[in-house]
Amino acid sequence: MSNVPSDLKYAKSHEWVRQESDGSLTVGISEHAQELLGDLVFVETPEAGTTLEAGSACAVVESVKAASDVYAPVSGEVTAVNEQLGDSPELVNSDPYGEGWLFRVKPADSGELAGLMDAEAYKAHLEAEG
Amino acid sequence: MTTPRQTTLHDTHVAAGARMVDFAGWSMPIHYGSQLEEHHAVRRDAGMFDVSHMTVVDVAGPGARAYLRRLLANDVDKLRTPGRALYSCMLNADGGVLDDLIVYRREEGYRVVVNAATRDKDLAWMQEVAAAHQGLSVTEREDLDMIAVQGPGARQRILPLLPGALQGPAAELTPFHAMESGDWFVACTGYTGEDGFEVILPAGETRAFWSALSGAGVRPVGLGARDTLRLEAGMNLYGTDMDETTTPLESALGWTVALEPADRDFIGRAALERQKAEGVPRRLVGLVLEGRGVLRGHMKVLAGEAGEGETTSGSFSPTLGASIALARLPAGAGERVQVEIRGKAVPARVVRPPFARNGQPVVDIPA
Repeated sequence: MSNVPSDLKYAKSHEWVRQESDGSLTVGISEHAQELLGDLVFVETPEAGTTLEAGSACAVVESVKAASDVYAPVSGEVTAVNEQLGDSPELVNSDPYGEGWLFRVKPADSGELAGLMDAEAYKAHLEAEG
Repeated sequence: MTTPRQTTLHDTHVAAGARMVDFAGWSMPIHYGSQLEEHHAVRRDAGMFDVSHMTVVDVAGPGARAYLRRLLANDVDKLRTPGRALYSCMLNADGGVLDDLIVYRREEGYRVVVNAATRDKDLAWMQEVAAAHQGLSVTEREDLDMIAVQGPGARQRILPLLPGALQGPAAELTPFHAMESGDWFVACTGYTGEDGFEVILPAGETRAFWSALSGAGVRPVGLGARDTLRLEAGMNLYGTDMDETTTPLESALGWTVALEPADRDFIGRAALERQKAEGVPRRLVGLVLEGRGVLRGHMKVLAGEAGEGETTSGSFSPTLGASIALARLPAGAGERVQVEIRGKAVPARVVRPPFARNGQPVVDIPA
């Protein structure tokens, strides 16, 4: 079983969300997701200022094998993106919950965060997916 | 769906942590952890591929030469001595590519290696054409396995592990030459653009040979890196970059079609001559992406007034650090094109493959 930090929330499509002290939410993809994708070679993040709708495709992560959409786990405005990924997409592989974060959102509806899975539920989801 | 076939090395791959996928009816390793690292291992040192899913066919008998001169678009008479190899397409009557293959001339007869995905079709076609020839046997060799060892360090590592009779002479093998001893067949051919050997050997000896190579520091490499390596080397993948709807002339393989001597009536010849006279409408070229993104197969290519084309295969190139593709473009397309990636037109430059050879980029890399 891959690493699933207990302080994060998760979406079924394998994004994680961390609540920051200023109320913003940081979004990335889980260790399980990066393992499935393999070596990442390109990441396309949304531009700062973009308004995201929960569940919509908002970023793309590409490995040597294939491109995969990243879905917005919550609605809100993008306040920051991880500029390092332009030159170093492999950070998503090496540190998916740290330096490999994708973007930060100012949430439009704090209720959406509560609707995401906690670590236990996400682990169960991974097991069910086999 | 039928259960995929397993090569002799299946359990070895699984034990090495390979991720197995179904490929052309076979369970094959896609990677053993990192496709990128496997790719670099071949460009920088040495990697080995289990290619036992490929189909080895021996063609023998006094009618073998005439048969292959009818069957293949390239001319086996170019193989002046035993131990030489030739790349060729096998065409249908319309000049469409049924498969691409390598044919080796042996002391007696020839050996042909065709793709796994086209095995059934190829064997049926080869038997059908054989029916019109005398003094001929066409025999699949399912008792043999095949391992490719590729990279600048491949030769020195493999030599001590070959049967004694082959060690000395194999050291001198140059590209597109082969030699054999017993049921061991060693060819200086491959699908990566690097030095190295393809070894065809008795299935009973495969595990020990693979294990010895591993012990000598040769890294197992999966089909994933095999694909990025061949793409960088500018080599077509059958079924992806060409198929029965494309001719060799439309697949950057005109150099493999032997129209001389003019009296050799190979299958597909008339269609190719007609296409040549009328003008080849499409060309297979290389693309290097200059904007951001990753090229994949089946992306639309905008070639200005020349019209539109399509990428046939594309990837991030680990050696170039840029994205590359093969694309079929209308004749007359210029050097500057655009590729539609998720609705955006991204600039790309047309180049002549290969993109990389012997570990180094051979095209300009975008800044």
